Amino acid sequence: MNPDLELDCRGMLCPRPIIELARHLGDVPVGGEIVVYADDVAAASDVPAWCRMRAQEYVGVQNADDGVPGYRVRRLS
Amino acid sequence: MTTYLDTASGEPLHPAARAALEQAREHGYADPRRLHGPARNARILLDNAREATAEALGIRADEVTFTPSGTHAVHLGVLGLLLGRARQGNLLLASAVEHASVMHAGQWHQARGGAFETLPVDALGRVRVDDAERATVLAVQTANHEVGTVQPVADLAQHAPVFTDACASAGRLPLPEGWSAAAASAHKWGGPAGVGLLLVRKGARWRNPFPGDDRVDERATGMEDVAGALAAAAALQAVVAEREETNARQAALIDRLRAGVTAIPDTDVVGDPVDRLPHLVTFSFLYVDGEAIVTELDRRGFAVASGSACTASTLEPSHVLTAMGALTHGNLRVSVGRESTEADVDRLLAALPEVVAGIRRDAGL
Repeated sequence: MNPDLELDCRGMLCPRPIIELARHLGDVPVGGEIVVYADDVAAASDVPAWCRMRAQEYVGVQNADDGVPGYRVRRLS
Repeated sequence: MTTYLDTASGEPLHPAARAALEQAREHGYADPRRLHGPARNARILLDNAREATAEALGIRADEVTFTPSGTHAVHLGVLGLLLGRARQGNLLLASAVEHASVMHAGQWHQARGGAFETLPVDALGRVRVDDAERATVLAVQTANHEVGTVQPVADLAQHAPVFTDACASAGRLPLPEGWSAAAASAHKWGGPAGVGLLLVRKGARWRNPFPGDDRVDERATGMEDVAGALAAAAALQAVVAEREETNARQAALIDRLRAGVTAIPDTDVVGDPVDRLPHLVTFSFLYVDGEAIVTELDRRGFAVASGSACTASTLEPSHVLTAMGALTHGNLRVSVGRESTEADVDRLLAALPEVVAGIRRDAGL
């Protein structure tokens, strides 16, 4: 499935990728998906933790062509 | 005047240690192995330190070795048990939330042909293991140094020989049952820095993994810091004697903090709220930069630690928080001391909402 929104957070240090995720959650409809591409290792923990704390769904990770992980989030509310 | 809330990194010297240190510096300078009067004095002081330490911990004096640090004691404990059981196997299993010194010992073991695996933990940070039998040596801390969660060491020790890192808990909690080797660090209970304890149970198979030395204590390397060891022992005795009262008071302060920070929106308070170390708590604020919050709190007179990546020399987030699935950025570890008061905690609780809100506002939220 293609995401509704891709956020390029390459080169950003945490918490910046999480802040971008929070700012853009409203840009996708409920049920829609955002992918956050982040090379900061902290994002691997912090995207799922954000989903738990904000009651959104963490779908999983898929790597971009350049190997940078993309963290998939589905908007639930 | 700074409010010091980082005792888990280093506790101020206990008054009992200060007195012992001054006295022992004067009389404990000689090499305890020599056959003259000053050496005998040093030997007596060292033996006293060993006996007092053993008594405070409820173990035998010949199970106590003084090392130059807690980290070195961990390395000796982990690797020495592995070497002692080399004929049985070479698999070190360690909880994923062990102190970095255990992880470094595991990597050293692995680099020399051994096997090293980590065991997952639950959301409270408690290790989960159902196949501990396959371990040659199991490394499980007595209680976690970042989130405070107490580990089921005695249960696990029924399945494999256990090394327990007691650096965060020694003096505060009794040693758990069942360990084969353990480590502790004096500056975490109010003794001087530069004194660690390696504890090896009578009958445990342990071999020195390093070159060794010719000391009175065969596990020791280099001349002991006699005065430091005596000061550490004096502090440990005092702390153990006071701990029922200290623990109750500190646990109540931490309960107050845990309850108070939940008033700040989007805060992740982690670790077991009940079965934990009495003196520390870890929490993380969403969207907050760890370095920014530690710096701002420092400016306002609070000394606290953080496990966030931006505050670590490695730029890696805390592996403890990562293993627990906790938020790693915006992290603070607050640890109270013997003299911390309710007023200290309340001032921190009063400052935090404004500090957190300010950093979030600067981030554009």
